[in-house]
Amino acid sequence: MEFVLGLLAFLVATAAIAALIAGRSPRPGSGLDPPLASPFPPPTRPKRRPPPPTEEEVNRQAAELVAEAEAWLAEAPLPEAPEEPEGPEAPALEPVDEVPAEDAPAVAPPRFRDRLGKARSLLAGYLGSVRARGGIDAETWEELEEALVRADVGLTATTSLLDQLRAQVKAEGITTADGLLEALKATLKQRLSEVDRSLRFEPQGPNVWLFVGVNGVGKTTTIGKVGHRQVSEGRSVVMAAGDTFRAAAAEQLELWSKRVGAQLVRGAEGGDPGAVVFDAVERAAARKADLVLADTAGRLHTKVNLMEELKKVRRVAEKATGTVSEVLLVIDATTGQNGLVQARQFTEAVDVTGVVLTKLDGTAKGGIALAIQNDLGIPIKLVGLGETADDLVAFDPDEFVEALFS
Amino acid sequence: MFESLTDRFEGIFHRLRGRGRLAEADVDEVLREIRVALLEADVNFRVVRDLVARIKEQCVGADLSASLSPAQQVIKIVHQELIASLGGETLRLTYASRPPTVLLLAGLQGSGKTTACGKLARWFRQQGRNPILIGADLQRPAAVEQLRVLGEQAGVPVFSDPLDPVTTAAAGIEEARRLGRDVAIVDTAGRLHVDEALMDEARRISAAVQPHYTFLVVDAMTGQDAVNVAESFHAALEIDGVILSKLDGDARGGAALSVKQVIGRPIAFASVGEKLPDFEPFHPDRMASRILGMGDVLTLIEKAEAAYDTGEATKAANKLVSGQFTLDDFLDQMQQIRKMGPIQSLVGMIPGLPKELKNAEIDEGELGRVEAIIRSMTPAERRDPGIMNGSRRLRVARGSGVTTSDVNALLKQFKEMQRMMKLLGKGARGGRARVPSLR
Repeated sequence: MEFVLGLLAFLVATAAIAALIAGRSPRPGSGLDPPLASPFPPPTRPKRRPPPPTEEEVNRQAAELVAEAEAWLAEAPLPEAPEEPEGPEAPALEPVDEVPAEDAPAVAPPRFRDRLGKARSLLAGYLGSVRARGGIDAETWEELEEALVRADVGLTATTSLLDQLRAQVKAEGITTADGLLEALKATLKQRLSEVDRSLRFEPQGPNVWLFVGVNGVGKTTTIGKVGHRQVSEGRSVVMAAGDTFRAAAAEQLELWSKRVGAQLVRGAEGGDPGAVVFDAVERAAARKADLVLADTAGRLHTKVNLMEELKKVRRVAEKATGTVSEVLLVIDATTGQNGLVQARQFTEAVDVTGVVLTKLDGTAKGGIALAIQNDLGIPIKLVGLGETADDLVAFDPDEFVEALFS
Repeated sequence: MFESLTDRFEGIFHRLRGRGRLAEADVDEVLREIRVALLEADVNFRVVRDLVARIKEQCVGADLSASLSPAQQVIKIVHQELIASLGGETLRLTYASRPPTVLLLAGLQGSGKTTACGKLARWFRQQGRNPILIGADLQRPAAVEQLRVLGEQAGVPVFSDPLDPVTTAAAGIEEARRLGRDVAIVDTAGRLHVDEALMDEARRISAAVQPHYTFLVVDAMTGQDAVNVAESFHAALEIDGVILSKLDGDARGGAALSVKQVIGRPIAFASVGEKLPDFEPFHPDRMASRILGMGDVLTLIEKAEAAYDTGEATKAANKLVSGQFTLDDFLDQMQQIRKMGPIQSLVGMIPGLPKELKNAEIDEGELGRVEAIIRSMTPAERRDPGIMNGSRRLRVARGSGVTTSDVNALLKQFKEMQRMMKLLGKGARGGRARVPSLR
């Protein structure tokens, strides 16, 4: 366990570097005295200066330190060293003919409220008691806070919203719980409406819409839905299987491309995602296709190398004969406060232009999308409400806010 | 970034020195901070309410210990309460007398079920068992294909039939018996807990395979909705254990606590990466620290283990102890650190750092500048920064495009660090080799 000592070295180094950098970069309004001279409290000085250690002594002391670290770590078992997974052969396509063909293209897109029918029963009468009482008391405020926090709006945002509301109550003389709720909804709706929500499409094609996000949020399914919508509006679509990591990811997208009538460009599993996207854009340009929908592998924003890879994919896509007109971050509506961190990191890396909020047909309210738009100014452009090709709607602020409190 | 609990309490408890007991008013103030921390960590609203009430009971009237500050004592109570809530009875997997032992995995779309199945398959193989994977997710395009690839990686056969999920699952169990496999792991399609038809299908799959263990797979970044999901799945399928996925991210993971509280079943496994070996038994104590935002030294160690070369580490260890750590070593450390993730989140994992540091906006670009400064120094200067007089500092500043005060700051900081590390080495010899409390 010698690495533990190395760990101590760089822990200290990390702290020192952080202190150094924190000291250098001014932070507005913090009112603290930068820079910190030292992050550590002053040590007590030894009473007598000991003689410098001999090499044997150094080795012995190091060995002791290692032994103690080992003893400490023995309390917490660490995982085994990761094996290298055997690279799979190019997988044969699984005959999944049972996938039902999509028929009746003229289906009206689903609305929030239809989907909410299922969820309503779980949350029936959620704020019923608040409204029933009529007046505004401490409990009213508590229940409002609960409603917002449980919608994943986040405590900080909730507190600031309610503080604003309190001021409004005084200024406008609101006296009923209903009035309070309506005022809050109005504020939220207004905040959400102040952005341009349209999907950017440049006349000079092909356009490239890049889909990014963490694992399991629904990127590939969303591409299927977007592809379906675009094809039915008369555009020619090429899908790029930029997820070269996950088992059968390209197969999954291939099935979608067949389902909706789009072309597919894929590479070998484990290959370079940037190359696949580049290839797709070039082919789309050659065929004069309108739109390239580029899938990428799910990745946690904490993985530095994967985020670097994503930056590269974007750069490579820019170099191709097309325009990257949208970088859509797909966020799962059940995500908690980590969604904001995700949005921040992805935006820093690849400059996100819009959010797709998926799985809003469950009981999660997706309040994190509010925080994302508020804090980062990124508009929610699309909402996913199911697993079929039609389950995609434009984000509607009024419906979203109403659903927050239903 | 969220402040650690310790930082929040510091101000409050400053006033409490000299008092014998914790009065209710003091505790209330502290509990408000705990509530904030837990809600920010995505623990469910109602669960937080109950938890805070329990903690209050333990805190009020508690004698102030002589060795711990009041802040530390309350944190200890909170930490222990969380560990108790997250841990308790562990799931002991016992194998059926008539094989196969059947495991059923269920959960929302995208929670990580299929990957977890692959990981479980590998895990069972390591226990000396012969599992089979049964692909009953016929909804998601290429889901079975994905499972086949994972099966190949784990060295485990995969069965699926393009019929309906219930029939496929049942047929899979038959196949398991036919092949003499002693563990059968059934993957199912992701489904919403409010989708009556699909929940009914899940019940029928369960009835058809008669699982010995039903696992709910929950994404660690799930927010407040985790309780609804857990309750519904538990009511429909009777969950035996939970698998928490995507713990390699930086979500605080309050959903774990919420789920455990509402269904009372143990969290059996933690999924900590996309590859099959990234699977381990759940550690309640680590999770408790993580939820509280208290830093997670053990995870930090694991990250280090992944990023570090053992040879490098030994070298660094010896230098550490003898105070021979040079600017070149500092440079090396920085490269290692950069491999490990955004420095912002690393700093968050170090317990005991002052809050100004934790909350500081750390621009990764600055790391490049620090590097440039060091590289502008000659090897002699790096070996012995003591020779850095005014003209040398000026030269370095010009060479790296920074000001002399920047160079001064770096050298000063480095000197502090050298001193600290020597003391760390000395201090560790006296007692347990842990990261010392830096407060």
